[in-house]
Amino acid sequence: MARIDLIVRRAKLDGRDVDVFVSRGKIVEVAPSAKTLEPRDAVAEATVEEAFGLTLMPSMTDAHVHLREPGFEYKEDIESGLRAAAWGGFSNIMCMANTRPVNDDGSVTELMLDKARRAWPKGPRLFPIGALTKGLKGEELAPMAELARAGCVAFSNDGVPVRSTELFRRAMEYAANWDRVVIDHCEDPYLGVGAGVNEGAVSSRLGLPAQPDVAEALQVGRDILLAEYLDLPIHLAHISCRKSVDLIRFAKGRGVRVTAETAPHYLILTEEYLEAEATEYDTNAKVNPPLRTPDDQQALFDGLADGTIDILATDHAPHAAHEKETEFDVAPCGITGLDTALSVTWALVADGRLSRETFLRAWTTGPCAIFGLPVNTFTPGDPADFFLFDPDEAWTVGPDTLRSKGKNTPLTGSVLRGRVKTHFIQGKKIV
Amino acid sequence: MKWLHKDLLDVSQLSRAEVMAIFETAGRFQELQQRPVKKVPTLKGRSVILFFAEPSTRTKTSFDVAGKRLSADTFSLAKSSSSLTKGETLKDTALTLQAMAPDAIVLRHWCSGAARFLARRVECSVINAGDGRHAHPTQALLDSFTLHQEWGEVAGKTILILGDIAHSRVARSNVILLNKLGATVRLCAPRTLLPPQVRSWPATVYSDLCEAVRGVDAVMCLRLQLERQQDGLLPDLREYARTYGLGPRHVELAKSEVKILHPGPMNRGVEINSELADCADSLILDQVASGVVVRMALLFLYMTRKGE
Repeated sequence: MARIDLIVRRAKLDGRDVDVFVSRGKIVEVAPSAKTLEPRDAVAEATVEEAFGLTLMPSMTDAHVHLREPGFEYKEDIESGLRAAAWGGFSNIMCMANTRPVNDDGSVTELMLDKARRAWPKGPRLFPIGALTKGLKGEELAPMAELARAGCVAFSNDGVPVRSTELFRRAMEYAANWDRVVIDHCEDPYLGVGAGVNEGAVSSRLGLPAQPDVAEALQVGRDILLAEYLDLPIHLAHISCRKSVDLIRFAKGRGVRVTAETAPHYLILTEEYLEAEATEYDTNAKVNPPLRTPDDQQALFDGLADGTIDILATDHAPHAAHEKETEFDVAPCGITGLDTALSVTWALVADGRLSRETFLRAWTTGPCAIFGLPVNTFTPGDPADFFLFDPDEAWTVGPDTLRSKGKNTPLTGSVLRGRVKTHFIQGKKIV
Repeated sequence: MKWLHKDLLDVSQLSRAEVMAIFETAGRFQELQQRPVKKVPTLKGRSVILFFAEPSTRTKTSFDVAGKRLSADTFSLAKSSSSLTKGETLKDTALTLQAMAPDAIVLRHWCSGAARFLARRVECSVINAGDGRHAHPTQALLDSFTLHQEWGEVAGKTILILGDIAHSRVARSNVILLNKLGATVRLCAPRTLLPPQVRSWPATVYSDLCEAVRGVDAVMCLRLQLERQQDGLLPDLREYARTYGLGPRHVELAKSEVKILHPGPMNRGVEINSELADCADSLILDQVASGVVVRMALLFLYMTRKGE
């Protein structure tokens, strides 16, 4: 037996009391809790972490965050984003390319990775997503070979979808050359006059220019057809509506290599939030794609349950307070998410709206399989990425409790349950 | 009636009884307008800031006249002379105005929800004089007051709102208020100028004007913003005028003595035939007169409310 260097004692893993044995950053064994540790050589020098019955969870992966550095450090920087990730239960996070300068050059990727290593040398791990086109302008391909060499694990044009279907097709083909998946933010750039609110009865009453669900679904349809025609994978970001879920299910039935994500906020909020007296025109709920209807929300739950929607991702989009404290039309889109994702989605498991298996797939094995990232399933040899979690600890969402610089969330003031107490990545305690 | 509201953001906040109280108060001020000296000392020493972040002549003047007739001090802050052009945020403007301790702020703004935003941040009353496409409660109140004066009762009447409903805060507030007062509301516009999901509104929707106007007691025309053509919502004004412009042939299909309203400013020959605008059954100038007294009533009720 390998020399054990870490033992986590008496943790609760899916209802069982277990001890976890770790060696050189990898899982060696997960065994039923022993009353006393055998005084064998292999464990003599191990660090012992008493879990006292806290819940043991594999670290999660967030395939869609905005860390704002370089360029918008007043909203978030890599240090603060990784801090939120560490305390949020994430060992892997994938950051989008819409920084300034855009991550369309290997030096930007390297700068991001360098900042991450300096700030959080033991993790969470940062996996940059490279720009699909130069400057995200949708005019010329980004140098994907260089970006891939520098460490980009996927490519995306993020919130500025490529208008030319011809260029998008070529981008998918070129990305495939370097074995990278393209992530698409599905939004028809010509349909819908507004952003951040769903077009429908609520937007009509509020008098807000809005975006219809078909703007998303049209692009989903385009991407699915391209993926089938080219026989290439595509990952669809933050799916928000029933029409998209139906199209993806249809495509998967045909064997199209499409994967999809949705975000926690779509599972707990709908457009009605924007019309409620206390939260009318709350810019913290201005997000793109927008919060949709209860029927769309149900479709997302069904899609998660049957695997049509493969994964969850936060679309963590921190903004400065002054940017959100403004007229609805003026405010930028986005919700901060790394701090709250675990509590929000674990509550859905506790309520029976999401199965534990779906939760684990959506936050761990799912994204790691799509993007080829390290994942812990507590099988011997897996990276020892896990956290101890008190599922009952209540906390109030607010500027003081969120570790991200972004405090922009419609959950502000809400009481959530579940707090990470300690987090290990490759057997090293990071918080 | 004890007035409990701090702000007037939209007519949806008001009960039918409160609307009637506003009408009754406005009716009393109307008598005052017949006198040679129209000014009363009711709000002497009180101050009202007229904060117009979007161009407006008539609404601003109407509020100004209303305030001055009640002896309130009115201060104008127009967009061109305010710090909005220098990039000051609405939040900072709100805090600055708050620091000047006015008794009420009248706000016109191009963003839906701006009045709510301001109301959350200032202690004084906020009167919404139009926010984006959302609401224009004082216009709806003066429209209904005009009809109320004309008919004695709005309940049971059928009113057609004609024109660019999609972009109209006047239409939104009127649909709510007319329903509250027991009237039947019809809407008529090309589909491109109707809001999405308009069928969820308490109104019957027509695409054909001749059908829409049949048997109605009043028609409210809306101003057509000329940029709708560039927005791709209309082919051109000529076609619009010929299909959705209110003309004599439509009036014949309505009830006799059908009342014609328009919030102004009018595009004569586009959304309304010029002669119709000036005809005996046109209430367009009555609306302007009602505007002053309804706004006097609102300033009075909101600025003398209990718990101040």
